[in-house]
Amino acid sequence: MTTFFSQLIAGISIGSLLLLIALGLTFTFGQMNVINMAHGEFIAAGAYTVYFLQTSVFAASAASLAFVVSLPVAFIVAGVMGLILEMTLIKRLYGRSLDTLLVTWGVALVLQQVYRDLFGAANVQVVAPGWLQGAIEIGEVTISYARLFTIGLVIVALIAIWIFSSKTVHGTRMRAVVQNRGLAEASGIASKPVDRTTFFIGSGLAGLAGVAITLLGSIGPTLGTAYIIDAFLVVVVGGLGQLRGAVIAAFVLGILNSFLELWTDASLAKVMVFALIIAFLQFRPQGLAVQKTRALA
Amino acid sequence: MSIATAEGTPTPPTPAPPAPPKKRSPLIAGRDFARGQMGFLVAALCLLFLAPAMLTDFRLDLLAKFVCFAIIAIGVDIAWGYGGMLVLGQGVFFGLGGYAMAMHLKLVEAKEFDMAVPDFMSWSGVETLPAIWKPFEHGWFTLGAVLLVPMIVAFLLGSLVFRRRVRGAYFAILTQALAAAFVILLVGQQGLTGGTNGLTNITTFFGMDLNDPESTQTLYTIAVVALGITYLLARQLVNSRYGRVLIAVRDGEDRVRFLGYNPATIKTIAFTISAGMAGLAGALFVPIVGIISPAMLGIVPSIEMVIWVALGGRATLVGAVAGALIVNYGKTGLSEQFPGGWTYFLGLLFIVVIAFVPTGIAGGIKSGRKRLIEIRAEQKERGKTAAGFGDTRFE
Amino acid sequence: MSKLLQLQNIEVDFDGFKALSDLTFQINQGEVRFLIGPNGAGKTTCVDVITGLTKPTSGHVEFAGEKITGKSEFDIVKLGVGRTFQNPTVFDDLLVVENIDLAASYRMGLGKLMRRRKGVSAPVAEALEMIGMTDKADQPAGVLSHGERQWLEIGMLLAQDPRLLLLDEPVAGMSKPERKKTGELLHEIAKTRTVLVVEHDMEFLREFASVVTVMHEGTVLCEGDVATVQADPTVQEVYLGRGRTAPEDDDVAVPAILKEG
Repeated sequence: MTTFFSQLIAGISIGSLLLLIALGLTFTFGQMNVINMAHGEFIAAGAYTVYFLQTSVFAASAASLAFVVSLPVAFIVAGVMGLILEMTLIKRLYGRSLDTLLVTWGVALVLQQVYRDLFGAANVQVVAPGWLQGAIEIGEVTISYARLFTIGLVIVALIAIWIFSSKTVHGTRMRAVVQNRGLAEASGIASKPVDRTTFFIGSGLAGLAGVAITLLGSIGPTLGTAYIIDAFLVVVVGGLGQLRGAVIAAFVLGILNSFLELWTDASLAKVMVFALIIAFLQFRPQGLAVQKTRALA
Repeated sequence: MSIATAEGTPTPPTPAPPAPPKKRSPLIAGRDFARGQMGFLVAALCLLFLAPAMLTDFRLDLLAKFVCFAIIAIGVDIAWGYGGMLVLGQGVFFGLGGYAMAMHLKLVEAKEFDMAVPDFMSWSGVETLPAIWKPFEHGWFTLGAVLLVPMIVAFLLGSLVFRRRVRGAYFAILTQALAAAFVILLVGQQGLTGGTNGLTNITTFFGMDLNDPESTQTLYTIAVVALGITYLLARQLVNSRYGRVLIAVRDGEDRVRFLGYNPATIKTIAFTISAGMAGLAGALFVPIVGIISPAMLGIVPSIEMVIWVALGGRATLVGAVAGALIVNYGKTGLSEQFPGGWTYFLGLLFIVVIAFVPTGIAGGIKSGRKRLIEIRAEQKERGKTAAGFGDTRFE
Repeated sequence: MSKLLQLQNIEVDFDGFKALSDLTFQINQGEVRFLIGPNGAGKTTCVDVITGLTKPTSGHVEFAGEKITGKSEFDIVKLGVGRTFQNPTVFDDLLVVENIDLAASYRMGLGKLMRRRKGVSAPVAEALEMIGMTDKADQPAGVLSHGERQWLEIGMLLAQDPRLLLLDEPVAGMSKPERKKTGELLHEIAKTRTVLVVEHDMEFLREFASVVTVMHEGTVLCEGDVATVQADPTVQEVYLGRGRTAPEDDDVAVPAILKEG
C-alpha cells in the first residue's frame, strides 16, 4: 500500500511539474496556434538563473536567499526571452504553424549552444535551500519537501493565473482573443499586445518550472529537450490550448508514468505511455477538453 | 440563345472552338523530363565514376555516409515537402533499418567466431540468444526486414493517426515523442540492443570484409546505386497522378475529400514509403560507418534530417539530396574546427531559411522559373483580343 | 421524373444554435433547383449536410434511394454528388489541367494512380472546353483571376461526372460578362445533369431557375416556380420588408434585396 501511495505522490509531483511546463505552451498554442519548441530552453533559462544567482551574485552562504530571489527573476528572464522571440520571429510567421515549430527549434538549438558557452557543457548543481531539504512522513510514506514545493508552486501559479484571467482587464482580453480573435479585434481589443502578454506569461511560467527542476537534480544545456516532449504530449492530450484539459492530462500522464515505471521499467514505461496516447487519440482526437464553437471544419 | 443585356442588343453566339493541340510547356519544373533526365545522368556519372577516382578512401567513405543521408532526405521530402507531413522522428525508421542490419551482421560475426551470442551480449551476461534476434540470422529475412519493419511501423502509426485527422503540429509532436520513446527503449534494454553504445564493431557485410580497403569502394557504389534507384522511384511517385493528389492533400486536405479521395490513405502511403527509404538508408549506413547507436536516431538527429530538406529545398527532390550532401559536408568540415560556431551557423541559417525563404535554395530557383511562367501568362492575357473570355483561338 | 435527392426532417444544432430545423425537400432528376434565402438561412449548411461535411443531429438524407447520412465526404462523392464552394478552392501549385485531371481520377485504383498522366484525357479535355479554359490548361492555377478560379472549380466538378451538382454561389464576385458566361455554362450543364444552385443574385435566378426553394431560419419557407415564389407574401416580408413588391427592372443587375426603400 505504501508503494501505491509513494508512486501516487511521485506521479502527482511529476504531473504538477509537467503542468507548470505545459501551462505556458497551452496559452501560446491555444491563443496563437504557436508551437514554441524553444519553451524547453526557457525552462533551462530559469534553472540557470538559480545557478547564476547562487554562484555569481549572492555569496555561498546566501544560497537559500538566492533560490527564493530566483523565483521572480527566473520568471522575468524567461518571460523577456519569450517576448523577444515573439516580437522578432513568431509574429512574422502568423498562420504558419509548422514553420513556427521549426523556427523555434532553430532558436532552441542556438540557445542550447549559448548555455554551453556560458555555463559549460557539463551538468552543474544547484544548492537547494536548507528548508527544502528533507521530507515529511505520513505513516510509512515519505514525501520530500522538494516535491511538496513543486506541487505548491503549481497551485500558487494556477491561482495567480485564475485571478489574472478572470479578474483583470488583461486577463479578460486574453480570454476574448482565445475564444474569437476576429470578434475581439472588432470589439476594439488590440490582439497583438495581448499576444505579447500571453507569450511573456507563458514563457515566465517555464522559467518558474526551471527553478523547480533544480531541486530534482543537476542541470545542463539539454535540460529543455528532456522535458519538452512530455510537456507537448500534455498539450496534445489535453486538447487545443484548453487549460482544464491540460491540468487533467498533466496529472494523468504523470501518474501513469509513475505507475508504469513501477510495474515495467523506465524504458518500457515511456513506450507504453506513447502507445496509450495513440490509443486515446483514436477515441478523442481533439483531446480531453474541447471548446465548442460554431466554426465549421 | 440571345440574352437581353444592358445595352439592349443581343450578343452573337460564341464560335465553336477548334480542337486544342497538346502543348507541353517546357519551363514547368518536374514535368521537364528532358532537362531532368540530363541532369540526373550527369550527377549519376559524377557520383559513380568521378568521385571514386578522385577521392581518397577516407573521403569516399564520408561521401558514402552522406549518400545514405541523401536517401533519408528524399523520403523526408516526399512526406513533408510534397505531402505536408512534418516528421520529426524520421530517425526511428532509420534506426529500425540500421539495427535490423546490424543485428544480422553481428550474428554472422558471432557465428564466425563460434560464439552463441554477439560479443556485447556476453559482456552483459546474456548467455542465450533472445528470441527476437533469431530471425536475423538469415540474410534474406534481414533484407526484407530492413525495408518492411519501418514501413509497417509507419503504416500502423499513419493509419491510426491520420484517419483521426491528427495532423500538422500534433502529428509532428507525436513523431517526436515516438523518437524519444524509441531511444529510451533502446538505451534501457542493454542486453538486447547494446544500450547506449548500440551495436558496434561491425566487421563483415554479406561476405565482404569491412577492414579491407576495397570494401569502401564497393559499399560506396552500392550506396550510390541505392540513391539512384530511390531518386528515380521518388521522381516517378511525385510526377504520377498520385503525386498530384499528394500535393493537393498537402495544400487542401479538406478540399480533397470533396474530390473523392481519402486523405488519410494518401498520406499513409507517402509516410510509409518515406519510412522505407529511411530504413534502406539505415541498412546501408551500418556497414559504411560500422556502428549504429541510439544517439544517431533520437530527436536531434531527426530534426537534422528535416534541416537538410528545409535548406536544400522542400518539394524538389534534387534540393533534398543537395541539402543532405551540403549540410553534412559543412558539418564534417566545419564542426570539428568550430563546434560551437557550427551550431550557431546552422541554427541561424535554419531560422532564416524557414522564416524568410521557406522553399529553400532549390525551391528558390524553382519559384524563379514559376515567376517566369506567371509573367508569360500575364503577357498572354494582355495580348488577348477583346472578344471575351474563353476565346480558345491560339495566337 | 424520379426522385434523386431527399432531405427528411434534417436538424443541425451547433451547440445550441439551430442552423437547420426540420428541413424537408426533394429534388428530382433533371431539375435545376435554386436554393435561395437571406444570409444565415442555412443554405450552405444544407449543402454541407448533403455532402457529408456536417452530420445532422437528426433526420436523414437519401440519394438515388440510398441513405447517405453519416457517410464520409469522399464516399458521397463516389456515389455521384459533387459541389463547389463559395470561395473557390483550387490547387495553386498544380496546373489547371492537373486540377481537372485530379477531379476526374478519383475512381482510379492505386496502381493506375502511380502512373504519370499522359496527355489530356477526353473527359478532362471536355471539361476544359466547357469552361473555356483550354488555352490556359498548362498554367498553374495560382495565376488565375477570381472568375477563372470559379470556372476551374466548376470544371473540376464537371470532370467528377456527378449525377447531382451542388453549386454554392457560383457567380459571387463576378463581373457582368463573367456572370453571363457562367449562366451559359449552367444552361449547358443543366441539359444533362441535376443541379442545385445556392444563390443570392435575383437576376441570375430569373434567368435560369425553374423551381425555387426558399429557405429561412433553417427551414423551407416556400417552394415553387419563380413567379409563385416572388408573389408569396411571406417571402416578400423576409426578403424585402412587409408590404413591398419587387419592382420590374430587368435592366439593372441589382439583387432585389438591395432595392428596399
